[in-house]
Amino acid sequence: MDNDRSDLHIMRLRGRRLALRYLLLLGAAVLFLAPLYWMIASSLKPEYDVFARPPIWWPSPPRWQNYVEALTKLPFQRYAINTLIIAVFSVVGYTLSCTVVAYGFARLRAPGKDTLFVLMLATLMLPYPVVMIPQYVIFSELDLVNTFWPLILPAFLGSPFYIFLLRQFFLQIPPDLEDAAHIDGANLVQILWYIMLPLARPAMATVAIFSFQFAWNDFLAPLIYLQDQSKYTLMLGLSFFRSSFQVNWAYLMAASLTVALPVIILFFIAQREFIEGITLGGVKQ
Amino acid sequence: MSHMTRAHRREALAFYLCISPWLIGFIFLTVGPMLYSLYISFTRWDLLTDPVWVGLRNYTVKMPGDERFWQSLKVTILYTLAYVPLELIGGLALALLVQRRIRGIRLFRTLFYLPSVLAGVAFAVVWLWMLDPRGGLVNLILAQFGIVGPRWLLDPDWALPALVMMSFWGWGRVMVIYLAGLQAIPGELYEAAAIDGASSWTRFWRVTIPLLTPTIFFNLILSIISTFQSFTNAFVATNGGPLDSTLFYVLYLYKQAFEFRAMGYASALAWVLFVIILVLTLVVLRSQRFWVFYAGERSDG
Repeated sequence: MDNDRSDLHIMRLRGRRLALRYLLLLGAAVLFLAPLYWMIASSLKPEYDVFARPPIWWPSPPRWQNYVEALTKLPFQRYAINTLIIAVFSVVGYTLSCTVVAYGFARLRAPGKDTLFVLMLATLMLPYPVVMIPQYVIFSELDLVNTFWPLILPAFLGSPFYIFLLRQFFLQIPPDLEDAAHIDGANLVQILWYIMLPLARPAMATVAIFSFQFAWNDFLAPLIYLQDQSKYTLMLGLSFFRSSFQVNWAYLMAASLTVALPVIILFFIAQREFIEGITLGGVKQ
Repeated sequence: MSHMTRAHRREALAFYLCISPWLIGFIFLTVGPMLYSLYISFTRWDLLTDPVWVGLRNYTVKMPGDERFWQSLKVTILYTLAYVPLELIGGLALALLVQRRIRGIRLFRTLFYLPSVLAGVAFAVVWLWMLDPRGGLVNLILAQFGIVGPRWLLDPDWALPALVMMSFWGWGRVMVIYLAGLQAIPGELYEAAAIDGASSWTRFWRVTIPLLTPTIFFNLILSIISTFQSFTNAFVATNGGPLDSTLFYVLYLYKQAFEFRAMGYASALAWVLFVIILVLTLVVLRSQRFWVFYAGERSDG
């Protein structure tokens, strides 16, 4: 009897704790969803309803033309193509270069390797703004300002974070296959291409996704290098949109949502890679 | 290198071949530019005419007398002091909330992480509208409770707190890192503590937090480095205003370089930023042994 009662007590206590947890989760969810909801609701209002009092919480009927009108105010199509070009080249550049570099750091022995690895990790802490001016001066002396080159070229020279991430991945792969290939007389390029690349595919996917997201959202570098409006990326276009017109919030929200959509979709497709990639850099040493 | 066998030499060659992309980048995009920038910082240069050598004057005369430089430093430090602890604690709270594998938890995790992928211009634009004094959701909700909300990003006293406040939307990134750290804590430790009669509060402070210190440490470093680079939010949402109340360091650096074309002075600012971040990182790294607990490590005591 007594036991039953205390079991019941514990179960009730657990139930109450679970309920509290869900309550907190829901509260946080409302907070996190509010800006998205407001963004979507505002993007579908006619202009004169945006500041209506009492506020209109949901537009009826939704004004879908806002999207068409907002996206034709500026050549967003051109911006999308520009962004895509830069993003694709960054993805290819980072994925290839970082994989090869990471393989070297993970597997090959050479004098000076440890020092170089420490140097590479140190540059992980180096903020872009610190090298932004001299890099700009160099690219302007090469006459490459106002082209995509300054945004694409660095991708082919690797990035410490991705290299580190891939190296950790390579360290987990047993070297048996490479050793066997080595004995069979395969050279470095063959080992990399036929053995390591297929094995590294999951980690390379993570790097590809991250570099795509980064290139898509990047703002400071495009802002510095791209001057002609015809060369703008989506983020530059969005920022320009915000500052150049008498702000029409419905249009601005429609444009923001559209511009952010590819990354949101990518996130839903590749959630696992996103989350694993972030944690890999963080916790494992 | 006569002591190296031929196989060793070939392997070393292969190593340097493999890492050559990074090595080239390291020389031409990092070390070279850093040294170049040090030279530029000793000059006055508008990029159009030849640079004029001014020695240390950018550091010793121009910077100390430049009120906007001090303002930008103040803004950045205040922001860091508010933002970093908030993000570290908020991210941990979120992680603890979504830690248990209860029904629907994946949906919540996804939801909390989602805004983090919006980093940049879209993030800033959404909040610009959320915090609009007349049409923004924040003030509309406050109005439902009879409160007249401040003018947020348009008010010099509220703009910086507003930027801190809106940053909660990006906590998901930190949450995910904590989550991995939490999941790496062996369950037996909790069981052992529970058998010893430790309350959940004690277990949190005596088991969770100590074992999570490496993750907290990692997040701390990342957080500090990223706040010192804050740019996009301020550029898009406030452009440093009103009255320079959100003039972040990197925003000021950008303005000096690309609006006023003062490449020499801007380079000096960049070097000062570099030294600040370097010192801060070293201090945090050094502090590690006082509070970061690595499970694999054994102490003599």
